[in-house]
Amino acid sequence: MSKARLMQGNEAVAEGALAAGVLFYAGYPITPSTEIAEIMAERLPRIGGTFIQMEDEIGSMAAIIGASLTGVKTLTATSGPGFSLKQENLGYAIATEVPCVVVNVQRGGPSTGLPTAPAQADVMQARWGTHGDHPIIALTPSSVQECYELTVKAFNMAEEFRIPVIFLMDEVIGHLREKVVLPDELTLVNRKKPTVPPGEYIPYENNESMIPAMANFGEGYRYHVTGLTHTEKGLPTGNPEVTRKFMQRLTQKLDPYLDRIQLVEEVQLDDADLIVVAYGCTARSVLEAVHIARSVGLKVGLFRPITIWPFPQKQLEKYVDRKYLVVEMNNGQLVGEVERLFGYKAVERLNRIDGELITPKEVLDRIREVI
Amino acid sequence: MFSDIAQYFRTETLPHIWCPGCGIGTIMAAIVRSIKTLQLDQNNVIFVSGIGCSSRMPGYLDFNTIHTTHGRALPFATGIKAARPELDVFVIMGDGDSTAIGGNHLIHAARRNIDLTAIVVNNSIYGMTGGQTSPLTPHDKRGTTSPFGNLERPFQILDLVKAAGGTYGARATAYHNQLLTKLVMDAYNNPGFSVVEAISQCPVSYGRRNKFKTPADMLLWQKEHAFKAGQKRTARDEDFQIGEIFKSEAPEYTQEYEKLRQKLREVSLNG
Repeated sequence: MSKARLMQGNEAVAEGALAAGVLFYAGYPITPSTEIAEIMAERLPRIGGTFIQMEDEIGSMAAIIGASLTGVKTLTATSGPGFSLKQENLGYAIATEVPCVVVNVQRGGPSTGLPTAPAQADVMQARWGTHGDHPIIALTPSSVQECYELTVKAFNMAEEFRIPVIFLMDEVIGHLREKVVLPDELTLVNRKKPTVPPGEYIPYENNESMIPAMANFGEGYRYHVTGLTHTEKGLPTGNPEVTRKFMQRLTQKLDPYLDRIQLVEEVQLDDADLIVVAYGCTARSVLEAVHIARSVGLKVGLFRPITIWPFPQKQLEKYVDRKYLVVEMNNGQLVGEVERLFGYKAVERLNRIDGELITPKEVLDRIREVI
Repeated sequence: MFSDIAQYFRTETLPHIWCPGCGIGTIMAAIVRSIKTLQLDQNNVIFVSGIGCSSRMPGYLDFNTIHTTHGRALPFATGIKAARPELDVFVIMGDGDSTAIGGNHLIHAARRNIDLTAIVVNNSIYGMTGGQTSPLTPHDKRGTTSPFGNLERPFQILDLVKAAGGTYGARATAYHNQLLTKLVMDAYNNPGFSVVEAISQCPVSYGRRNKFKTPADMLLWQKEHAFKAGQKRTARDEDFQIGEIFKSEAPEYTQEYEKLRQKLREVSLNG
């Protein structure tokens, strides 16, 4: 029988991670994500895992990559300023294809900003915060239930696609308390290990799946890991042809799997004249506004990207010739992706950057203006 | 010379990238000889490095090897060791790598006394980028970013590590490479955070700006200025002690963590 519990969003992330099999956490205290570290410090040593508080966010990111190379599932959690510091080694994990999950409970920025107030201002940083062309997966929950279930999926995607997955929350969802029904069964995915003997192992093989098998350090498959552009054997190269092939696989490796990666919620879109795009805590206000709008005869629907990166373009672009309104707690970040699909003249915005939630009334007023 | 340790190399990756006359190759061989003498299981040895000339070393070595980001070798190594304490983790860093951008990680690895064997290849300069001043460039010496002589004072890296809580510190040079092999073995055998400072000559980026005409002159400088504990040292400023510099005992991080796991297990078993 399923168990129901009252949980906070951050707590649900920690519980989801434990359910997914996390065994290593490295972190640094920062509001509003600290509860995740505190829960991990208490729980991991009890189950044979490891919690370590590092000297900074850079070191935390480094430690989870190192630990992941030994074969364990790893997690770190932070907020805006700490997420900035993680970018260096986040790029390393992308280039070396090391699975891990990085939680960012967004708060007001830039800089120290509003440490205890919500924002959704790290959307573009999640996509392009680390230098160079690269793939990324970022998931964004809008309920505590989803914090739990989506964290499990974040680990599954990290393991299956050998990529860091960013869990992009906001302070409201992180600190919200709601009922969570713990599922009886979870589907858990573990990284694909090599099936060939060590001598034949090619750690960055350009195979059909685009995702090479990953050997654990210390199990006889001695190979090299480097952030330098590397050959299929993992050794540094400056050869343009090898570089081209490596970059092609790296940047396109999610493409065959987009159907499974790009999760969305669609509410009353079929007949909608106006499609409101929103995510995270903001989507909750929008959902309420959509219900009210429908009750007075306005044809409005909600498109909620659960996977924010890679942006679910295919799922949204089928709704052509509508009006679009993008509601977000930033100065307009994800709106660019919607404008890219439908042209900027077709897309309206509602933004707030003062640390206060966007209310259903504000959304409803804006819906009436633009419909 | 090389055939005794060839089994530890990815020979297809050679020749290495280091300049003629560089000391890093000698230091690499000395380190590998300690692993051979210790008879460590090649599959159980991890080499972690940062960024810089010496940090290219793991790429040539046939172990589990990871060339990380600049200054970050120690936190990567900390993650590996904390997750799998049974692995033998060696860390290779340069002087700028370990004491400038990675200085914070160095003191915290020392404070934790985590069982890593760190070798700082100190060539007194940023070699890979062409000879800029590092925190270990001696006062008054020249780099491309101290064209009039270094105004700053260098760290004494082993004093730093000792003060921060590390439990083993030693120093050797490319010239004293047999001593280096012995010290790396002693560092490995110390159950805690150990640092061996391996002084290297960098004839191209350091030597030619600082009145060393040949790589051999730099090796002779190492020979002449090094002294061992108990030996009478001269009054020359540049003299430095080689051999074991300090050794102490303190709780080791991964052992302490394992004790915590055991304790929690017993508590849960006894209700």
